Amino acid sequence: MAKGNVQLLGSWVSPYSNRVQMVLNLKSVDYEFIEENFYSNKSERLLKANPVHKKIPVLIHDEKPICESLVIIQYIDDVWTENGPSILPSDPYDRAIARFWAAYIDDKWFPCIWVILLSDGADAKKTAALEEFNKGLALLEDAFIKCSKGQKFFGGDKIGYLDIALGCFLGLVRLIQKMDNISLIDESKSPNLFKWAQHFSDDDAIKVVIPETEKLLEFAKVFVAQVKASGINK
Amino acid sequence: MGEELKLFRTWSSRYALRVVHALKIKDLEYETIFEDIKNKSTSLLEYNPIHKKVPVLVHNGKPICESLVILEYIDEIWKQSPLLPQDPYEKAMARFWAKFGDDKVMPSIWSVFISQRKDQEEAIAQAAGNLKFLEEQLTGKKFFGGETIGYLDIAFGWVANLISILEEIADLKLVDAEIFPLLSAWMNNFSDHPVINECWPPRDKMVEKFKAMREPYVEKVA
Repeated sequence: MAKGNVQLLGSWVSPYSNRVQMVLNLKSVDYEFIEENFYSNKSERLLKANPVHKKIPVLIHDEKPICESLVIIQYIDDVWTENGPSILPSDPYDRAIARFWAAYIDDKWFPCIWVILLSDGADAKKTAALEEFNKGLALLEDAFIKCSKGQKFFGGDKIGYLDIALGCFLGLVRLIQKMDNISLIDESKSPNLFKWAQHFSDDDAIKVVIPETEKLLEFAKVFVAQVKASGINK
Repeated sequence: MGEELKLFRTWSSRYALRVVHALKIKDLEYETIFEDIKNKSTSLLEYNPIHKKVPVLVHNGKPICESLVILEYIDEIWKQSPLLPQDPYEKAMARFWAKFGDDKVMPSIWSVFISQRKDQEEAIAQAAGNLKFLEEQLTGKKFFGGETIGYLDIAFGWVANLISILEEIADLKLVDAEIFPLLSAWMNNFSDHPVINECWPPRDKMVEKFKAMREPYVEKVA
């Protein structure tokens, strides 16, 4: 359903960009996807659209830019109200819980994945990050039980805000599982999240967005080497 | 229907103060539980087991944590004196800038406060760059919310309250009225608002507290 001109400055690699693509797909919004080089030689277009952070994703709706993935998702939900169910829960308390966990994922949990990805196996930092990751996963397993109320997703019977906030990282999780030969979302330790991950990735709006592990592996080899060489943190 | 509202806070928490302001603007009655950070109550730990922090708003027995999440919750339940803009784009902008305030502005101000000499010069440049974005957002407006105080004004409340205290202790000027005329005016307008003014934590206690927090950083360079 056309509601103005929509462009997304993003990257197939970025989980944050993936979040926005997932929501645009779920809401059947027509948009132009513009692949940006997000870690070096940033385009004038990106710098103009996001002068504050100079980062992807940026949604440009009728020439007005919106930045920060969680802000963008809520914006899409607020504008395209007739395009399917709301991404955010309808109950204000459930909404607060979803927002709480999304903030936890971004502020506390994702930084662990970054350290795991970029540190060497012998590094004590990696072990510590893995521990934090697992602690967080246990909390999220518990949160899933409470939020899903017996259904397939955090959002109930439909994919919602928290499913997307967490699910966007499944590509990276699978990458690390392959690179390090470990099980991060383990069927015996996190049975609910294990099942959830499968349901989430199988959805038509989602499966076309989550990067394939092989492609990510190729990208990671080059990217991780570059990051280590330049010493940039994020 | 009895609405039971409880707010777990400390006397100085700038995050808890956001919730205090929102509840006052909406004219809501609530019970305050003051926490001692060094001796947290069992209730607080039960209501916020993940972060173990204030503020926590408990509404009819159900806890909501994280100040900005709480603000949105309050705004969604109680429709009087709306805090967030109605327009989706304006709402997105308010959320964006509030996050910018917490993720970038606050840490950069703190860096200025605890650093010395060359490090401090660099920190000041960084902080000034961040404050310039805020200055631009106030173009043509009395408050970030327009004519009345809104979500973003409340989110930036710490700027109006804390910056002058940090400036006094560190003996420097960050928000110069000549360089940041709109922001300076906003700080006065916000602080002078009756709803805001009566909630300010005691200034002398704040100076004492933040002086103590700065001590370890000053001594290192001596």
